[in-house]
Formats: sequence, C-alpha cells, structure tokens
Amino acid sequence: MKARAFEYAKATSLQDAFDAFARASGDCCYLAGGQSLIPSLSLRLQAPSLLIDISGIGDMRGVGIVDGMLRIGALTRHAEMLTSPEIARHAPLLRLAAPHVAHPAIRNKGTIGGTIALADPAAEFPAVVLALDAELEIAGPGGRRRTKADGFFKGLYETGLEPGEILTAILVRPFDKRDRCAFDELARRRGDYAIVGAGVQGRFHAEQVEALRIAFLSVGPAPVRARNAESAVRGRTLSPAVIADAQATLHLDLDPAEDAQTSRATRLHLARVLLGRLLGKLAREARNEGGRA
Amino acid sequence: MSGRVPVSMSVDGRTVDALVEPRTSLGDFLRNDLGLTGTHLGCEMGVCGACLVLLDGQAIHSCLMYAVQANGRAVETVEGLTERRAIADIQKAFHERNALQCGFCTPGMLVTAYELLSHGGAPSRAEIRDALSGNYCRCTGYEAIVDAVDQTAKERQKQAGCPQDGRAAAPGGTKDNAA
Ligand SMILES: Cc1cc2nc3c(=O)[nH]c(=O)nc-3n(C[C@H](O)[C@H](O)[C@H](O)COP(=O)(O)OP(=O)(O)OC[C@H]3O[C@@H](n4cnc5c(N)ncnc54)[C@H](O)[C@@H]3O)c2cc1C
Ligand code: FES
Ligand code: FES
Repeated sequence: MKARAFEYAKATSLQDAFDAFARASGDCCYLAGGQSLIPSLSLRLQAPSLLIDISGIGDMRGVGIVDGMLRIGALTRHAEMLTSPEIARHAPLLRLAAPHVAHPAIRNKGTIGGTIALADPAAEFPAVVLALDAELEIAGPGGRRRTKADGFFKGLYETGLEPGEILTAILVRPFDKRDRCAFDELARRRGDYAIVGAGVQGRFHAEQVEALRIAFLSVGPAPVRARNAESAVRGRTLSPAVIADAQATLHLDLDPAEDAQTSRATRLHLARVLLGRLLGKLAREARNEGGRA
Repeated sequence: MSGRVPVSMSVDGRTVDALVEPRTSLGDFLRNDLGLTGTHLGCEMGVCGACLVLLDGQAIHSCLMYAVQANGRAVETVEGLTERRAIADIQKAFHERNALQCGFCTPGMLVTAYELLSHGGAPSRAEIRDALSGNYCRCTGYEAIVDAVDQTAKERQKQAGCPQDGRAAAPGGTKDNAA
C-alpha cells in the first residue's frame, strides 16, 4: 500500500506545469486533490516517475460570472459546491449532486477538475456537466481551447484531454428563473459509488417543457445523455403518461453493465425508477409554481 | 531513486522542518517521523477514515496526501486536539456511551465529530450519520458513536444557551444507512 518512489514538482503556473510535463517526456501525472490519484499510486496501478502538483495554480481557482457564464475553476473542491453562494444561485444542480460525492473529508480535498479529467463512470459531476450543457476550458502547451461536455466523455476513463493538457475551468450558462433541475442516485450506502444516478435540468414555460437534458451515471462506460427520453418530454407537460413514455425509451440510450451485485435488467429498471422520481419532482414544482414563468 | 526533499509545516502548533521522500504519506510522516501515533492508518486508500487529521482546520485523510504537499500548511492531529482540550467533551461522551472498543477507528471518528460540531447548531442523527459515512468501525457498531456525537452537540448547545434544535433525532429521510 505504498507508492513507488517518484519525484515531486509543485507548479506555480500553467506554463510551469507544461514545462515539467515536457521534461518528464510524459512519464508523469498531474496531481490536483489526489483523492483518486493517490489511492491508485498506493495500489501501484500507476507508477509515474514525476508528480506535477497543479493545486497551486491561480488561474484554475475561483467561482464567478465571466462574460455572462459561470466560470468554475477546475481546482474548486467538492465541498465548495455545498457552500458557494454562486454555485447555489447559478448552478444549483452541482449543489444537489455534491452531497452524493464521496464523504466529507474527501470532499474537502477532491476537485471538480480532477473528477471530470478522471471520468470515472460512477462519478456524479461528469454526468452533471453533461446535463448542464457545460463547456470545458482546457489549456495545453499549444494554447487554450474550449470544448462542449457533449462528446468529451469518450469511454471508460477516456476523455477529450490530449496528453499534457490541463482542464482549467468549467463554464456553465447561469440558471434562469424558468429553469428547473433535480439530481438523485441509488447507492447501497451514503458516499458509495452509485448503482445508478441521474441529473436533469430543463427550461419550462409554465408547466410545459421547452427543452430538458437528462444525464445518467453508472449505466455504461461513460456518463450518457438519455436523448430519446429528452425528446419524449420536449414540448409536453410532465403528466404521468408523458413520464412513462420517457421511461420506456431508456433502453435505447443506456447500456448498463452487469456486475456481481446488479444485473443489467435491474440497473435499467432502477434507471427508469430514478427518472420517474426526477421528472415527477420537476412536474410537481412546475405545477405548484407554474404561474411564475 | 528520488531523494529527500525539505518540508516545513506546522504540526499541532509547532513548526516542523524535515526531509521527506516525496512518496511518504502525511500519515506515515506523522506516525513514523514525528512519533504521533494517535493518527491510525488502516486501509491507506481513503476508505476507512481512521487516518483523518485537520489541514488548515479541515478534516482530510492523511493517507491521501503526501507530506510534501503539506509544506507551508498547518496540520492538527488528534493529539493536538486533545492537548488544547478542543475535543474533551466529545472524548468524555465517547467514554460514557461506550462508543469505542478496540479504539482503532476512534481518532478518525473524533476528527469527523470535531469538524461536524464546529459548524455549530445541533445536527440531526441523520446528519451525524451522513458525516460519519466515511468512518468505518469494525467492532463497536455505530449506534453508540452517533449517540456520543449527538449528546455532545446537545450539551454544547445547552452550554451556549441556545434553544434545543427541534430537528434532533429526526428519523431517516436521507440515505444514511452507513452504520
Ligand atoms: C473512498 C472514496 C470514495 C469516493 N467516492 C466518490 C463518489 O461517490 N463519487 C465521486 O464522484 N468520486 C468519488 N471519489 C473520488 C473523488 O471524488 C476524487 O476527488 C475525484 O475523482 C478526483 O479529483 P482530485 O482532485 O482528487 O483528482 P486527483 O486524484 O488529483 O487526479 C485524478 C486524475 O485526474 C487528473 N487530473 C486532475 N486534475 C486535472 C486537471 N485539472 N486537468 C487535467 N487532469 C487532471 C490526474 O492527473 C489524475 O489522473 C471517491 C474517492 C475515495 C477515495
Ligand atoms: S487509512 Fe486513510 S482512510 Fe483508511
Ligand atoms: S472501536 Fe474498534 S474499530 Fe471502532
């Protein structure tokens, strides 16, 4: 349970990190919160010769509105999702998901950039950024770029990050008063990785759905949108029949794996149950406050 | 292989300067280099919670951080909390409620309880269980541990002269079956 020996470099800027990466010829890892990387090194699943600590890079910190978008620095810790007033106001879906991410002490150190860069299929925030239609700000030796969360999660622990690139921030369109969101998951114990989880966010006109995004976690190698269910509710009021229509499409988008505890059929069933709860919650909210939109 | 590097940090209020191998976890550094064996290492992968310490006042796993990362930071261990009597009432409640048997998990439980109760107010039993969800106990069972934290929270409220928070002992609600 001890890591192999490595060297450690603390980067003071992005350029500093890229230079260290180039010097190590790629035999290195970026270290952010360390809450996934350090267990992996201890288990010797990875043994890089250099760790480049990116946790002190100022560019990657802070939460605030920039050019009309909420910019969440990649080093923002999971715990801050629960306490930041900007997150509560402009990206409440992140706040709803945060209590499901690990345990308090891990949330004190783990970062949103780390969980998105890692792309664990059971992690909450990758699915949430899909549901939020977020953009990812990425820096590399060649400069900066932006990419949509859609298309970023390519497979098991596989993302659109090129070797050496650093995810610097997550950009989210601020929550609007016509928007509604919900998050929930089913796990055996609090803090455990979910058997199935989902986040939904949509824009309503009174009780009618204008557009809604649904993203699932733990039902395949990467977080995935339930596009057929999204289409099933578009332009409709979330009546029990409409919700049932959406639930009935889930097998078209989700490809849950079988594991020792949960069969594929059970996981798909639980995904339907969860979607029913989430859409039911949005329907109730829309009914109760429908007049305001 | 990679050599030792200098670190300087505050541990329980004292400045510590040392040379460490980068791969040395903060937990190993506290126990082996400083002899602070109150911090326990169980799983060394973030699962059991025995190794919790405070980093700049926040609970973190000392197995999920390298000592080099603590350079320039303030670490407080269960020894430090005990010395400045910050957890004397929690320790007393653990004793009274039989909230420990072998005591392996206890340092982590105390650090979690310290952080939870430092937010003020009286957390519900569900909130206490939620906070303790990353702390494993293999012998006592969680009921007595939750009792001890609950008792301390209520006593602190009484001492502060606050009215009792009506949420205390609220049933379930959240998925808090960690225990
Ligand atoms: C016991 C336990 C339970 C957990 N439960 C959950 C859970 O329920 N849900 C959940 O979502 N997570 C869970 N986690 C994981 C936790 O959320 C991690 O904090 C998170 O996955 C990684 O973030 P980090 O900042 O710690 O990244 P690190 O561990 O530092 O890095 C993870 C990976 O991402 C890379 N990386 C990090 N930041 C960047 C960046 N900005 N740009 C490019 N690459 C980067 C690193 O090189 C590394 O490969 C759990 C962890 C533990 C130990
Ligand atoms: S030793 Fe750190 S969590 Fe188990
Ligand atoms: S008292 Fe023995 S593990 Fe908790």
